[in-house]
Amino acid sequence: MPKILYCHCQYAQVVPKDVKETVLRKLCESGVAFDAVADLCEMAARRDPALAQLSASGEVKIAACFPRAVKGLFHQCGADLAADKTEVLNMRTLRAEEVVARLAAEDLRVNIPMKGGTIAE
Amino acid sequence: MPIKSESTLRVVLYEGDGAAPLDDSFAAMTALLERGYAVTRTTSGGSVAPQTRGSLLVLGKFSDGRAPLAESATADVSVRFHDIAGQDAAGITALVEKERDTTGAAKHGEWKPWFPVIDYDRCTNCMQCLSFCLFGVYGVDDESRIQVQNNDNCKTNCPACSRVCPEAAIMFPKYKAGPINGDLVSSADLQREKMKIDISALLGGDVYSMLRARSEKAQSRFSKERDEGKALAERQKCLVKLAAAGDIPAEVLMSLPSPEEIARRAEEAKAKAAAALAAQRTP
Repeated sequence: MPKILYCHCQYAQVVPKDVKETVLRKLCESGVAFDAVADLCEMAARRDPALAQLSASGEVKIAACFPRAVKGLFHQCGADLAADKTEVLNMRTLRAEEVVARLAAEDLRVNIPMKGGTIAE
Repeated sequence: MPIKSESTLRVVLYEGDGAAPLDDSFAAMTALLERGYAVTRTTSGGSVAPQTRGSLLVLGKFSDGRAPLAESATADVSVRFHDIAGQDAAGITALVEKERDTTGAAKHGEWKPWFPVIDYDRCTNCMQCLSFCLFGVYGVDDESRIQVQNNDNCKTNCPACSRVCPEAAIMFPKYKAGPINGDLVSSADLQREKMKIDISALLGGDVYSMLRARSEKAQSRFSKERDEGKALAERQKCLVKLAAAGDIPAEVLMSLPSPEEIARRAEEAKAKAAAALAAQRTP
C-alpha cells in the first residue's frame, strides 16, 4: 500500500473544514498508519527533512491541495516527488468521500503535473 | 532565528504491537495538528516516513502500563515515550507542549506560512520576481537559478510578485483563486499574462517611482500644512488603488519603508537580478 500523508492546512481557511475533518476522522477510524502534518507549507518553509524522507520512500498518496502546488512545495524543500509514484488528492476541490475513497484504494492514480502539462484544457 | 534553523518535535501516536488502540485518536490528532505538530499514527500494518533528525515523542497505551525506555534510533534523533492511558485530547496536548518546552523545539503558529512557490515547469528564469521583490524573498542558487530563499521575509497575504511573473509560474498555495493558488494555468490565464499584468503599468509607471512620488507629495503637504491626518489620507487614497490593482493587502502597502529605503532596496534587487542574468549568459 502507498504511504499516506494528510495536510491539515492549519494556517489558512482555504480547505473546507468539513472536508478536512471527515478525511481525518475516516483515516483515524480506518486503522491504517499515516503521517499527518499541521501545514505542508510550513514544513516546506522549514525545509523539514521529513518531506525528503517521505518523497524518497516509494509510493505516496497526499491529501492536501492542488497537485501543482504540492509538487512545488516538495521541490522547494529539496524533496522532489516521483511523478510515477505520487497521487495528490485536492481537498480544496474534491468531496471528502472522494478523497477518502482514493486514500483507501490500493491502486495509485499518479497525477502530479509534468513539464508542459500545466495548461487546463 | 530563521525558521529553517529551528528544530521540530514530531509526535507519534503508537497503536502497534504492545499497545492498545487509543480511545479517540481523532480528537488527539486534531488537537495536536491545531497546535502545529506533525503527527504520525502507527499501527501494526502499513508504514510511515522514517525520522532522521530532531525529537520524536512516542505516545501510546502501552500494555504493561509503562512506557518503554527511550532509546535513540540514531545519534541525530532523540526519542522519548509516554504512556497516555486515561488522558483525553487536552491532557495529551498539555503533555506534548511540556515536552516541546523541554526539547527547545519550535513553537508553531507564530508565523503564517505565506510565501511564493515557483513552478519550475513554467519558470523561464527571467528574474522579474527577484527584481520586483523588496523584501529579499528571492535569490539565486549556485547555477544562477531563481529560488525562494527567505520564506519568512514574505509579506503575509501579498501575492504581488505572482502578478509580475509573465509565465504564471509563481504560486501562493494559500491564495484564494487560481492559477496563483496552484490550480492549472488556463489558456485565458496565459493570455492575461501575455498582456503582462504589471501593477506598475496599471498605475501608469514604475510602482516604486509612483509610491515615492506620492509619498513625497504627501510629505510636502505635511510639511506645508502640518496636518498628519491629511498626509495619511493622501497616502491611503493612493494605496487603495494599488491594493485593488494587485490584490495587495493595505497593511502591506502602509508598512512599506521610507521612499529612500524603497529606492535603495529596488536598486539592490535589480542589481541582483542583472547579475544573475549576466551569469546565465556566461558560458
